[in-house]
Amino acid sequence: MNSFFERRYVIAGIFIALILVLLARLFYIQVVDDRYFLYASQNVVRKFIKYPARGPILDRNGKIMVQNEPVYDITVVPKQVKPFDTVEFCKLLGIDKEGFDKRMAKARIYSPYRTSVFEKQVSAQQYASFQERLSEFPGFDTQQRPVRTYPDSSAAQFLGYIGEVTDPIIKRSGGYYSPGDYIGITGVEKTYETVLRGQRGVENMMVDSRNVRKGRYANGAYDTAAVAGERLISSLDMRIQRLGETLMTNKVGSIVAIEPSTGEILCFVSSPTYDPNLLVGRERGNNAAELYKDPYKPFFTRPIQAKYPPGSSFKPLSALIALQEGIITPQTTYLCPGRYLANNGKPKCTHVHGLVNLSSAIAESCNGYFAMVFEKLMNAHGAKNTESSFDSWRNNVNKFGFGVKLDVDIPSESRGNVPTSSFYDKYYHKGGWRSKTILSLAIGQGELEATPLQLANIEATIANHGFYYKPHLIKAIGDKQVIKREFTIKNSVGIDPQYFEPVIDGMQNVVEHGTAAGSKIPGIIMCGKTGTAQNPHGKNHSVFVAYAPRDNPKIAIAVVVENSGDGGTWAAPIASFIVEKYLRDTITKRPSGIYPEYYIEKNLLPEIIVKPADKAKLKADSLKKITADSIKKARADSVKKSKILSTKNLPAKKDAGEKLTAMLPKRKEDE
Amino acid sequence: MNSHQRSFFFNVDWITVLIYLALCVIGWFNIHAAVFDENHPNILDFDTQYGKQFIYILSALVIGTVILLLESRFLSALAPAFYVVTVVLLAVVLVAGRNVGGNQAWIDMGGGFRLQPSEFAKFSTCLLLARYLSATNVKVTDPKSFLIAGGIIFLPMLLIKMQPDDGSTLVFCSLILVLYREGLSVYFLIIIGLLATLFISALLVNVWFIIIALVAIVALLLFLFGRNRKFATGVIMGLVIAIGFVFCAKPIYFHGLKPHQRVRIDEVLGLSKDLRGVGYNQNQSKIAIGSGRIWGKGYLQGTQTKYAFVPEQSTDFIFCTVGEEWGFAGSVVVLGLYLFLLLRIIMIAERQRAPFSRIYGYGVASIIFCHVIINIAMAIGYMPVIGIPLPFISYGGSSLWSFTILLFILLKLDSNRMGMNYA
Repeated sequence: MNSFFERRYVIAGIFIALILVLLARLFYIQVVDDRYFLYASQNVVRKFIKYPARGPILDRNGKIMVQNEPVYDITVVPKQVKPFDTVEFCKLLGIDKEGFDKRMAKARIYSPYRTSVFEKQVSAQQYASFQERLSEFPGFDTQQRPVRTYPDSSAAQFLGYIGEVTDPIIKRSGGYYSPGDYIGITGVEKTYETVLRGQRGVENMMVDSRNVRKGRYANGAYDTAAVAGERLISSLDMRIQRLGETLMTNKVGSIVAIEPSTGEILCFVSSPTYDPNLLVGRERGNNAAELYKDPYKPFFTRPIQAKYPPGSSFKPLSALIALQEGIITPQTTYLCPGRYLANNGKPKCTHVHGLVNLSSAIAESCNGYFAMVFEKLMNAHGAKNTESSFDSWRNNVNKFGFGVKLDVDIPSESRGNVPTSSFYDKYYHKGGWRSKTILSLAIGQGELEATPLQLANIEATIANHGFYYKPHLIKAIGDKQVIKREFTIKNSVGIDPQYFEPVIDGMQNVVEHGTAAGSKIPGIIMCGKTGTAQNPHGKNHSVFVAYAPRDNPKIAIAVVVENSGDGGTWAAPIASFIVEKYLRDTITKRPSGIYPEYYIEKNLLPEIIVKPADKAKLKADSLKKITADSIKKARADSVKKSKILSTKNLPAKKDAGEKLTAMLPKRKEDE
Repeated sequence: MNSHQRSFFFNVDWITVLIYLALCVIGWFNIHAAVFDENHPNILDFDTQYGKQFIYILSALVIGTVILLLESRFLSALAPAFYVVTVVLLAVVLVAGRNVGGNQAWIDMGGGFRLQPSEFAKFSTCLLLARYLSATNVKVTDPKSFLIAGGIIFLPMLLIKMQPDDGSTLVFCSLILVLYREGLSVYFLIIIGLLATLFISALLVNVWFIIIALVAIVALLLFLFGRNRKFATGVIMGLVIAIGFVFCAKPIYFHGLKPHQRVRIDEVLGLSKDLRGVGYNQNQSKIAIGSGRIWGKGYLQGTQTKYAFVPEQSTDFIFCTVGEEWGFAGSVVVLGLYLFLLLRIIMIAERQRAPFSRIYGYGVASIIFCHVIINIAMAIGYMPVIGIPLPFISYGGSSLWSFTILLFILLKLDSNRMGMNYA
């Protein structure tokens, strides 16, 4: 009956063999080959970057200058949306049915299963009422993200702004940034990017086959937390920063104040300025374009980028170098006939000073005296060795941070300009220039150009009797208040402390009864120097540098008001208000009767002159394109704001084409 | 003997029942894991597949008990009737059936229940085949008997192929093992194996290489055994047929198969790679199983199945859940249980006095074996994707009940093995 009895072994053999084949294959893919394990995690685990909060920036007194404010987006996952009261929903968000449909369609196109933004940056009020009723709208949610906010709308150029990263930045960052990330573009935001941005966290989330998040991978074992950016404590004092910005309304120029004992920058006004809040949020693009078009260039960081001839404010520096070199003593006198006779009567003086010594020469800003001093300096190595004398002089000037970069902690700093001997060699032939050729340098004119920051730093150096700390805008980093080491190093300028007193005497007299007498602050001894920077394109720039108080100085300051005239008329009063505000926290009545409101209201904006050459240049740069309309508009706006019509700002077209060189001392010196 | 018949439960092969229960429970837990949803964590939630499967298991046990209580004689006697009913149902389903996933395989029974006649065709075919082959004057070696036996298998196959349900159709091919056990020439198996090998080779390798290889093999055989004239003639004839077949392979492949079948085969043979389209299911299935490593990710921890990367994961791809959550260890346990069950069934079949019971037993073993091999081979990329359930484990009432009936009829026959010969 069981004739084929043995065949059961064959059949059993087939069963065993095939099942073993399957097991072998299973052994291979489950145990030997670990590719599938990796594929599985690639399938399921998605890395989500957690963005840290960008560090806030405070002023020196702990007042917040910039921080993060949450804005709220309404998000939607189209597949999870169930029927709801659309009318009510639209009313809450202030949109109509059509807008609703459009937004939904857009979200659906992006992905039916993934979260997309339904409405960006709703107001806090809308958010609150929407959040309350969120449960009525399945599929919708709110999402919070931080934006920069500036409570005081101030110090725009100092803080700088952040913006989305561009492709070159992404490439350079070696993969750190990815599209859509924000990065500091200018100002402190740029310099301290690595500190402010914090550390990103990674969240390993599990997703299903439709990419919907399902929870943490391995309970978050491989997640890293985002570390918020460090807090920056700025050296700025918001009280004087705001006062400075107000005083500079409708003026072009800068105010820089430094604490001499530390190098901390107390005030950093670049005027005209803009409200940094304009560069945040929905209207960012339009606002930025508007600002770029502004002919007064609010993005130009004047305290470190604008260069002005220091004018007479350079005289104390000249005197100090001459004293150190032994060219003069404080007792060296000069009989001023109202001009410098040794050079065909140039430069001229404002009036006949008579017999002046060092202090009175500074106090009265005698051009003749300093022309004499400079000639002596240039002939120190012999009458024929101007070049060597000049180089040594230049070296001394550079020590003050003038003509070199001060390395302040925001980008795009200018080094100003102190010409080199090779510059003159090229301009004349080698050896073809002598002390008289470059005499205008004596009174801070010619090719000399300094940034307001450099001017202020020179004052800080004088206040310190011979050294300065690198001027900086960020006092301390983080909760531990770390101070960068480079900011604690004394930079000596190589002048003996003893030589400062006579110069300072003169500077005190400038304010006591000299060219800045109107700006004398009762009870505070301020030492200063006015200057008038030659401007071939229009009215002179008003310059004033000072520090106060004379003993134990607390603040050194430089003020430049472009196209306004004398140093004593505009820059000095503005500086005195800042100084007093800083030292006393209030502004008292002045014997001279000046008061801040007058200066605030004054409109000193120069007429914009677009030269044909500039026109071509501006056209090339589409962002900065200026149309005649926009000029008129900008001007009209400014005028409207000031309420006072300026009648004094007639353009000095005559001088427009004149080249600025050192050969000829320009025009008369006003002081 | 009477006492044996009275306490028939005593004669039931409990080891088989235990394996059966183990597989059912494994299935139930894995279905739970496959469709696990945080909102319905209760394994007895009857809205879910695992809740339903619990009911199916309970009802399967009732069906099994009822079968054990039946009169054995009744099964043999009614085999033709079962067969006719099944064939009629298979015909009806083609006309009035419900189409699910492209297969016209279901008959609506009302009350949300659907019946899949092809499932029941398996045991009725086995019964009739056993009944026919156990007749005294029937011998498989006899061409006439062979053709009738083949016809019994072929008729339901044809009807199921028309649904078209390729998986179930393929399962009936496994009954060739039954014929082999009852005396079919071993050359049948060898020739089928050779043809399959040739067919696949013809798709993968240049036809001329295969022909050169075949000629070389034949030359070697002739050189060794060429003196036997009969053998030489046979070998040369075989060569001619083989070469003809090789040339036919590609046309058959390209014209005989539907595009969707062809791409699935291409995918397995590595002729194309489309991990997002055709190959997606199988690739995800491989990833799920492969990512289980040795010990698996743990119950309800399988991310691939939980997050819906694997399709059909509670039915055709249920083995993914086993592989992912229980790892290679789980694979060994499940395949071990199947192998044990299959060998046990062979043992049971061989201890029958009645050829009817023995033949039926081999039918059961072949069908279960075929299901297991195809299902798992498909899940790990050894076979094209064919919708076929894993016996006792996959979700679904029809499939569980039909396997239960298939197995418990054997157990019933076995419990009466001391009794008379039913043939």
